[in-house]
Amino acid sequence: MFENLSQKLDKALKMLKGQGSITEINVAATIKEIRRALLDADVNFKVAKEITDEIKEQAIGSKILIAVSPREMFIKIVYDKLTELMGGQKQDINIKGDPAVVMIAGLNGAGKTTFSGKLANFLKSQGRQVLLAACDVYRPAAMEQLKVLGGQIGVEVYTEMESKDAVQIAQNAIQYAKANNKKIVIVDTAGRLAIDEVLMKEIAALKKALNPTETLFVVDAMTGQDAVNTALAFNERIDYDGVVLTKLDGDARGGAALSIRKTVNKPIKFISTGEKMEAIDHFYPDRMAQRILGM
Amino acid sequence: VGKSKVDDEVLDELEEILISSDVGVDTTLKIIKRIEARVAKDKYLNTSELERILREEVIALLMENKTQDLEDFLVPEVKKPYVIMVVGVNGVGKTTTIGKLAAQFLKRGNKVVLGAGDTFRAAAVEQLKLWGQRVGVPVIEHGMNTDPASVAYDAVKKGVEMNADVVIVDTAGRLHTKVGLMNELAKIKRVMQKVADDVPHEVLLVLDGSTGQNAFIQAKEFTQATEVTALAITKLDGTAKGGVVIGISDQFKIPVKYIGVGEKIDDLQIFNRKEFVDSLFKTQK
Ligand SMILES: Nc1nc2c(ncn2[C@@H]2O[C@H](COP(=O)(O)OP(=O)(O)OP(=O)(O)O)[C@@H](O)[C@H]2O)c(=O)[nH]1
Ligand SMILES: Nc1nc2c(ncn2[C@@H]2O[C@H](COP(=O)(O)OP(=O)(O)OP(=O)(O)O)[C@@H](O)[C@H]2O)c(=O)[nH]1
Ligand SMILES: [K+]
Ligand SMILES: [Mg+2]
Ligand SMILES: [Mg+2]
Repeated sequence: MFENLSQKLDKALKMLKGQGSITEINVAATIKEIRRALLDADVNFKVAKEITDEIKEQAIGSKILIAVSPREMFIKIVYDKLTELMGGQKQDINIKGDPAVVMIAGLNGAGKTTFSGKLANFLKSQGRQVLLAACDVYRPAAMEQLKVLGGQIGVEVYTEMESKDAVQIAQNAIQYAKANNKKIVIVDTAGRLAIDEVLMKEIAALKKALNPTETLFVVDAMTGQDAVNTALAFNERIDYDGVVLTKLDGDARGGAALSIRKTVNKPIKFISTGEKMEAIDHFYPDRMAQRILGM
Repeated sequence: VGKSKVDDEVLDELEEILISSDVGVDTTLKIIKRIEARVAKDKYLNTSELERILREEVIALLMENKTQDLEDFLVPEVKKPYVIMVVGVNGVGKTTTIGKLAAQFLKRGNKVVLGAGDTFRAAAVEQLKLWGQRVGVPVIEHGMNTDPASVAYDAVKKGVEMNADVVIVDTAGRLHTKVGLMNELAKIKRVMQKVADDVPHEVLLVLDGSTGQNAFIQAKEFTQATEVTALAITKLDGTAKGGVVIGISDQFKIPVKYIGVGEKIDDLQIFNRKEFVDSLFKTQK
């Protein structure tokens, strides 16, 4: 449905045919197409502008104006730029502690509960003793959902079905882990929108009370322009350590990854690629750059 | 005060407003072009006039989708029961929207039956049952890991037997890229047609209001697979403005019927074009 970067550049560069050389004006047309490719991929408007401004500088400063195949050169510049922006060192999650506490937070329906199960499964397969803590006290059958997932992967789930106090449940879960030789507690929390003051206060209180060794912000790869606002708002309240990008088994380009990385500057630590408990992977910046550009 | 004429800078600003609300590049350029054409005649405009023109153009664009806004949560007059099948990608708010919709129909004196056709997602049946209890309507279910088509069949059949006004069938979330799962929707439809050949009367596609450009592809693919007849846009209580509605109205002729504005039972509204455009421009500069 949406053209990829190569197609867009073809269009822009076709306009150059018949002209002797590539001028700065032509660069501008090409830059415009790059910006559109980024916007089609849901990269935030401001972020896309910043990136293309930088690319323009770079292109003008490089030999691209006299290059034999400016199209390939442009694509390389863009691809390298995106990879660099999303890259840096690969960062693992911190699971040191007795027990280590991993808190999972994010918007409604992003895939937190599913990811909690996947992470538990992933850590269990490394031979670790994991406990899942069901701290979504709002969504109908949220605790039940986590219990079913725990059952599928053979990981114990701590619940207090009648409680409405997420902080209390999490604290009790940690006590339970200590008493039962569990080394990692994964805390699933309710989905919330960043403008919901009551729920944002709750998640801030949870973070403060638990002082987790690792806090992860889960975001849906299909998210549009608002991803940046949401990621910033959650970061302000819970200063998370990393991001999880979900539903990458679909065809969303996932520009949110780039926008969040560039504005919040927290590493993307995991991706989610399906509904099954095995569908979890590390994040690779180069693959994500290709995906955003539709390469 | 504001600028005295519409220059490129102002048009760039408009572009930013529209793109930042997920309207999408194509529809944004279409709107900008119209505004350019309009201001070409009377060049000198101040910013407040420009905003008025932008509103008018966006509303005009929405009106070109020649579908009627609903006036209330009314069940269309058909041979009873009116059957709604609810579809969409994972986590957009299908089950929640069904619960809220059931509450609205019930409140207006309708007999409502729900069908727990998501037999796949962990505790999905339990979730719908809790909504059924909350609203006070029966939920037809066969438990988890059963055939969703046979649940749908049963729900419609029970609806007929109970002389219900509305039957709403939940389905599992599925990405439109998964061919097998998309074909399953067609099968669910076929099987429920064994009860009455005109069902489902409505296929309601639920889209998450915070979704970006992928929403267009979702609308296209689900329409192709199941002939979507209505849309619900959820989670508009957030900061996302749901500008995809504009792009989708522009490119598809499917009416937006409902908008979700929270997690609670009353947080569902009838979609109204004018109010939507007002809210789109309210907090944005
Ligand atoms: N295709 C796909 N579906 C996913 C993925 N991750 C989660 N899901 C599905 O997305 C839906 C929502 O997932 P949940 O884990 O319930 O999301 P959540 O963030 O816990 O939702 P709330 O607790 O209601 O805020 C479910 O249907 C999951 O099966 C993924 O990576 N790919
Ligand atoms: N803030 C807000 N949250 C909503 C709205 N609609 C649904 N939700 C929440 O979004 C999450 C997912 O909702 P569900 O109804 O389970 O979504 P679904 O499409 O049935 O999900 P799957 O069946 O897993 O594909 C839940 O946390 C809901 O409470 C809305 O309009 N506003
Ligand atoms: K979502
Ligand atoms: Mg959850
Ligand atoms: Mg559901």
